[in-house]
Amino acid sequence: MAFLDEPMKNAPRPSSPPAAGSDAMEDGIATRELNLWYAKFQALKSINTRIKKGVITSLIGPSGCGKTTLLRCFNRVNERYGYVTTKGEIKLLGKNIYDPDVSLIELRRSVGMVFQRPNPLPISIYENVIFGLRIHADGALRKSDCNDAVEKALQEVGLWRDLKDRLHDKAIGLQLEQQQKLCIARLLPLKPKIILMDEPCSALDVEGTRAIEELMFELKGHYTIVIVTHNMAQARRASDECIFMLMGELVEHCRTEQLFLAPKNPKTAEYIEGRYG
Amino acid sequence: MESGPTLFGETALTRRKQRTEAVAKHVFFAMALAMIIPLALIIGYLVVKAWPALSIDFLLDPPLRGMKAGGIWPALLGTIYLVIVSLAVAAPIGVLAAVYLNEYAKDNWFNRVINLAVINLAGVPSIVHALFGLGAFVLAAKFGKSIIAASLTLAVMTLPVIIASTREALAAVPRPFREACWNVGATRWQTIQSVVLPNSISGILTGIILQVSRAAGETAPIMFTGALFFKAVERGDLFAYSLTDQCMALSMHLYVISTQVPGVPEALPYATAVVLLGAVLLVNITAISLRIHMRARKKW
Repeated sequence: MAFLDEPMKNAPRPSSPPAAGSDAMEDGIATRELNLWYAKFQALKSINTRIKKGVITSLIGPSGCGKTTLLRCFNRVNERYGYVTTKGEIKLLGKNIYDPDVSLIELRRSVGMVFQRPNPLPISIYENVIFGLRIHADGALRKSDCNDAVEKALQEVGLWRDLKDRLHDKAIGLQLEQQQKLCIARLLPLKPKIILMDEPCSALDVEGTRAIEELMFELKGHYTIVIVTHNMAQARRASDECIFMLMGELVEHCRTEQLFLAPKNPKTAEYIEGRYG
Repeated sequence: MESGPTLFGETALTRRKQRTEAVAKHVFFAMALAMIIPLALIIGYLVVKAWPALSIDFLLDPPLRGMKAGGIWPALLGTIYLVIVSLAVAAPIGVLAAVYLNEYAKDNWFNRVINLAVINLAGVPSIVHALFGLGAFVLAAKFGKSIIAASLTLAVMTLPVIIASTREALAAVPRPFREACWNVGATRWQTIQSVVLPNSISGILTGIILQVSRAAGETAPIMFTGALFFKAVERGDLFAYSLTDQCMALSMHLYVISTQVPGVPEALPYATAVVLLGAVLLVNITAISLRIHMRARKKW
C-alpha cells in the first residue's frame, strides 16, 4: 500500500495499541473506540466496527446520526471541515490511519469519495478523469498513459461508449447520472482500495439510481465500498452488510438481509419500519 | 357593486393590498432612479462646461503660461505611474494574503486579529493614510517625496479592499470543487492552483481593477508623499518620471488649478475633471465587462 511508506507528515495522534486478532487483514475498515467531536458536540460515540473487504456496506440512520461523519473519518477528510477532535483507532486494511507515518495525501488517494451531488470539476471530461493522476504525478504525464487511463476508467463505469467522441467537452454539461459516474471514474486511475459514497444517488432519478447501483455491483470485489444512504430500499438492494446508526452510536451491524428481516435491536426495527427518521 | 365576491374575484382587502404593493414598488423605483440622476447631472454638467477645452491636445500638452492654458499630460502621466506602481505592490500582496486567509487560516485568535486589522485598515480615512505614508515612506524609509513613496501609500490604502474583494471571489468558488480535490489527495496548494484560482480569477481581477479608480481619484495620500504642483514635461513624453521623482497627478492638478492659481479659464478645471472621471469610468467599465465575459464562460 502506497500510503504506508510515506514519511511522517502529520502530527502523531493518540492511538491505542494495535488490536490483536488473526483476521485483522480481512477487514477493509476496522474502528475501535472511535469518538469524534465537532467543537463540543460529540458526533460519534465509541464506534467499534469491522467493515469487510471487497463488499458493499451501507450506513443507514436518521439525519444527523453521524453516518456522513463516520464516512469522512475513513479518509480523514473530516479534518478539512473545521474543528474536529478524533479519538480512538481506525484501521484501513490493517493499518492505523492515525499512525504518524500515514500521509494524508496518500491516504486520500487510496480512499476516494463520491458525493451526494455529483461534483465534476469545471474542466473537460478527459481532464476530470486524469485529475487525480495529475495531482499525484511527479512531473509531466505521458499522453499515452493519460489516454489509457481515461479509456480504462470510463470503460469501468460504463461511460466510454457514450462519451468517447466528446472527451474534451465540459464535464459540467453531462447529465447528472453521467456526472456521478464520471466522479466515480475520476477515482479509479488512482487505484483506490476503498470507495466511500455519501448518498451518491440522492440527486438522481430512478434510472440514474439503478445505473449507479449496477455500477457498484460491478466495482465490488475490486474495491471495498461504503455507502451512506437515506433510502432504505437502496440499502437493502445494494449492500451486503448494513450498519444502523442513531445519535452518534452504532446500533447494529450485520448482514443486510438479517438487519432488515430480523433486526436484533428494537431501535433498528423501529427505524426500518419507518417509525422515525 | 356586486353583492358578494365571485369565485377568485377581488375583495376590498385585495384591492387595498394591491394599492400598497403599487405604492411600495414606485417608492423603491424612485429611490433607485435617484441614484442615476446625480450621476447623469454631474457628467452632463462637467461635459458641457469642459467642452471648449476638450481635445487630444488637452491630453497630450503640458500646462502652459502658468497653468492658464495648455493641457494636462504631466498630471495624466503621473496618475498612471502612481496607479501602476501602487497596484504592482498591492495586488500580489493582497491576493496572496487573501488566499492565506480564505484557504489556509483556521479560525483562531491570530487570524481573527488579522481579519480585524484588514477591516479596520479599510475604514481608515485617506488623510490618515497620507500622514502614515509621510512618516513611514517619505521620512522613516528615506524615500523622500517621490512616486515610490506616494505609490506605497496608495498601496497601503487599497490593500485591505483588495484583500476583502479577493476573499469574496475565493469564497464564491463552490465547495464541492474543493471537496473533489481533497478527496483525491490534493494538497491545499494543488487545490488552490488547479481549482480555486482558475474559477475565481475574474472576481479577483475585477476587485483589483476597481481599486485603480480609487487610487487614481485620491488626493490626500499623494499630496504629502509625492505629488507636486508643477513639473515641466515634454508633450506626450511617456518616460518623464523616474520612481524617485515627484510627479504631478490629475486629482492634485484639479485641486491646484481650481483653488490655487488665479485666473485659470473655467473650462480647464472642468476638462481635467472630465478626464479624471472618464478614466475612472473607463476602468470600471473594463472591470464590469471582464466580469460579464468571464461569468458567461462559467456554468454552474
